[in-house]
Amino acid sequence: MAKFRLPRNSRVRVGKAHPVPQGVSRRTRFKIYRHDPDSGDGPRLDTYEVDRDTCGEMVLDALITIKNEMDSTLVFRRSCREGVCGSCAMNIDGVNTLACTKPLDDISGDVRVYPLPHMRVIRDLVTDVSHVYGQLASVKPWLRSQSAAPEAKERLQSPDEREKLDGLYECILCFCCQTACPSYWWNGETFPGPAVLLQAYRWVADSRDEAGDERIAELDGADELFRCRTIVNCTNACPKGLNPARAIAEAKKRAAQSLRRPMD
Amino acid sequence: MNAAYAIVDHAYDVIVVGAGGAGLRATLGLAEAGLSTACITKVFPTRSHTVAAQGGISAALGNMGDDDWRYHMYDTVKGSDWLGDQDAIEYMCKEAPAAVIELEHYGVPFSRTAEGTIYQRAFGGMTTEYGKGTAQRTCAAADRTGHAILHTLYQQSLRHEAQFFIEYFALDLIMDEDGACRGVMAWCLEDGTLHRFSAALTILATGGYGRCYLSCTSAHTCTGDGNGMVLRAGLPLQDMEFVQFHPTGVYGAGVLITEGVRGEGGYLVNGEGERFMERYAPSAKDLASRDVVSRSMTIEIREGRGAGKAKDHILLKLDHLDPDVIAARLPGISESARIFAGVDVTREPVPVLPTVHYNMGGIPTNHHGEVVVPQEGDPDTVVPGLMASGEAACVSVHGANRLGSNSLLDLVVFGRAAALRAASLVTPGGKREGLPPGAGEATLERFDRLRHADGGTPTARLREMMQRTMQNDAAVFRTESSLQEGCRRMAEVFAGFSDIQVSDRSLVWNTDLMETWELDNMLRQAVVTIVCAEHRKESRGAHAREDYTERDDENWMKHTVAWLDDDGQHRIDYRPVHLDTLTDEVENIPPQSRVY
Repeated sequence: MAKFRLPRNSRVRVGKAHPVPQGVSRRTRFKIYRHDPDSGDGPRLDTYEVDRDTCGEMVLDALITIKNEMDSTLVFRRSCREGVCGSCAMNIDGVNTLACTKPLDDISGDVRVYPLPHMRVIRDLVTDVSHVYGQLASVKPWLRSQSAAPEAKERLQSPDEREKLDGLYECILCFCCQTACPSYWWNGETFPGPAVLLQAYRWVADSRDEAGDERIAELDGADELFRCRTIVNCTNACPKGLNPARAIAEAKKRAAQSLRRPMD
Repeated sequence: MNAAYAIVDHAYDVIVVGAGGAGLRATLGLAEAGLSTACITKVFPTRSHTVAAQGGISAALGNMGDDDWRYHMYDTVKGSDWLGDQDAIEYMCKEAPAAVIELEHYGVPFSRTAEGTIYQRAFGGMTTEYGKGTAQRTCAAADRTGHAILHTLYQQSLRHEAQFFIEYFALDLIMDEDGACRGVMAWCLEDGTLHRFSAALTILATGGYGRCYLSCTSAHTCTGDGNGMVLRAGLPLQDMEFVQFHPTGVYGAGVLITEGVRGEGGYLVNGEGERFMERYAPSAKDLASRDVVSRSMTIEIREGRGAGKAKDHILLKLDHLDPDVIAARLPGISESARIFAGVDVTREPVPVLPTVHYNMGGIPTNHHGEVVVPQEGDPDTVVPGLMASGEAACVSVHGANRLGSNSLLDLVVFGRAAALRAASLVTPGGKREGLPPGAGEATLERFDRLRHADGGTPTARLREMMQRTMQNDAAVFRTESSLQEGCRRMAEVFAGFSDIQVSDRSLVWNTDLMETWELDNMLRQAVVTIVCAEHRKESRGAHAREDYTERDDENWMKHTVAWLDDDGQHRIDYRPVHLDTLTDEVENIPPQSRVY
């Protein structure tokens, strides 16, 4: 049987070990993916032993403790630390999630921390997400309407119409779903991916938007909407409990209906 | 110029630094006006801290009952404890309805009334008929209003094809010898290149500096970088002693639980289960303004009536509210309480503490957003080429204490005002003077020095010393002895920066170096905050002195303006409070005693 090896710079070496000082009763071992583009070496897995009584409750707290007290060269994005800004998305314990809302108590054994999968790594846990931002812009995710807005008054929207946006507008663009999607791993150049499709559908579902058919037509196609194979990793990954798979299913339904229309 | 660094030059009509609510609203307006605009931001726009605003944005739309922008103005002046400038407050409150309607037209997913209009909830200090009734004035998108507004503003800037420099960290202002701002120096985190932006106007929208304290609701990125840049450029900051403690930060974690909980009928109880706010604010109770509620909570804990084993916190009760109302109106804080306090809000109260939340102080501006300094007898001398907007600015509409939901309003009203002013001052593609000789050299020298700093104090350690000092000595209640001790300790911490240690030498995503630059920014602000707090011998709004318990309008109804040099030496001057209104559509509100 043929044996395959990953390319050299995808092979993760054993890295440095940072033991916790003596006398600590409760400790947790972190195994963290490191990549230093200046070194010319491939990635490595560094080990840090952390005092559980002083490192805080969430994975982000522990990462900050490591950066503050053990190794200030560890690099990751973070901002709000309460699950609303989407900066600290990473792969923790094998699952894409937000470090700031992931309790250490939910993880048994060593805590393995990797960057979001299938993205170019810039350094350590920081990945290049500029392509996803470009894809987001490409679906024109803003209110599109022909009719003029009422003068000095809001556009009216009933509570029921507004409720249709629940589960859609709350997306924080962390891209946990996007980078958990096998279709996106394989066809990310052309496939918009679950996060971007959710954003697009958010406007289809908005009663104030008048470009629903146009949006569906823009998304319709084997490389776009229908590149989703209903694997539903996206929904499982979403740290905000949203359901991108359902939004995509609704968009597909709309696309199918508009196909049927000429034959009615 | 140091040859070790690649410098990239850019020229624009206008530069905006920061992409939160104010920065994005300004950028949007500039793009619409046809000005070439660069928005420089250290985080992707939707990661800015505006995203964390929960309860809503105030505007006298009157969707839920009679309202008038004049009532809103009265409440804001009273909330400010008569330190707010009434011309600016008039402008903000009058512009508010149009600003919120504009956001709705942009696509913000506001919650709705049965009639389909924007849903509005009660909020602290918001009344009708000049204090008589309770206003429902705060326009909400559930309890994720900041998220809804920030994402919508970003979407609109995509629509206008605004140009962003994302994950670029602004280092310094470029000032010329006449004291005009000519642009900024910035650092691209991804590849370590340094960028010199020249522009006719620079708008700072860099937010607050909550991270000077150990416990705050603010994001890790709230380090007040624009304020730091302003101090380094030899310009002053205003009213920095006024730091708002939000009554309901989650005990321990410090994350925010919106005032909207109390707006929807929640209330605070002490360890004995008593609704203690009735004693402190008989009329407004739990919806008194934030400084009043935070002080009352602190007194309860101090007098031994706190909750929990250590009697060291207060409880926020909302389990009596209809679960459907909680699900529809307060889903975000239900999630936060579950994750960070382990509490199911439909069954148990949330343990809370007053937590640093907002900076009323900042870069002094007029109501157009132009930066002003007192100079040669003129308190309102405009600094050419420089504007500020949002929490970084001190217009001042919040005075000594900001009312909840006036912050999101401030962002969009004054972000827009800055863009309008810029459009009137700058001709698109007009002739530029270019950069002054030696522009950015001092910044480059400092950058290189810090990158190779090999002292004995790691950044994280010095930062924690600053945070502990501020937490202990510039708290909800202040006294001369603790403030003097705080000034002395902050001077030591400030001096400790000369021994700073940076371990990361890389130019790619060097967050060790970035945090060190942010620390420099914060140290300057922390020093100014505590020396101004020591200096102001009265109690007003969020500045509560135990040795000077009364407001002293005769001596202290004035803005503090403070400079700080590189050696940590400060100088304090004053600007008068604008008691006059902007137009004759409203009468000014003379000082009264402030009772809720």
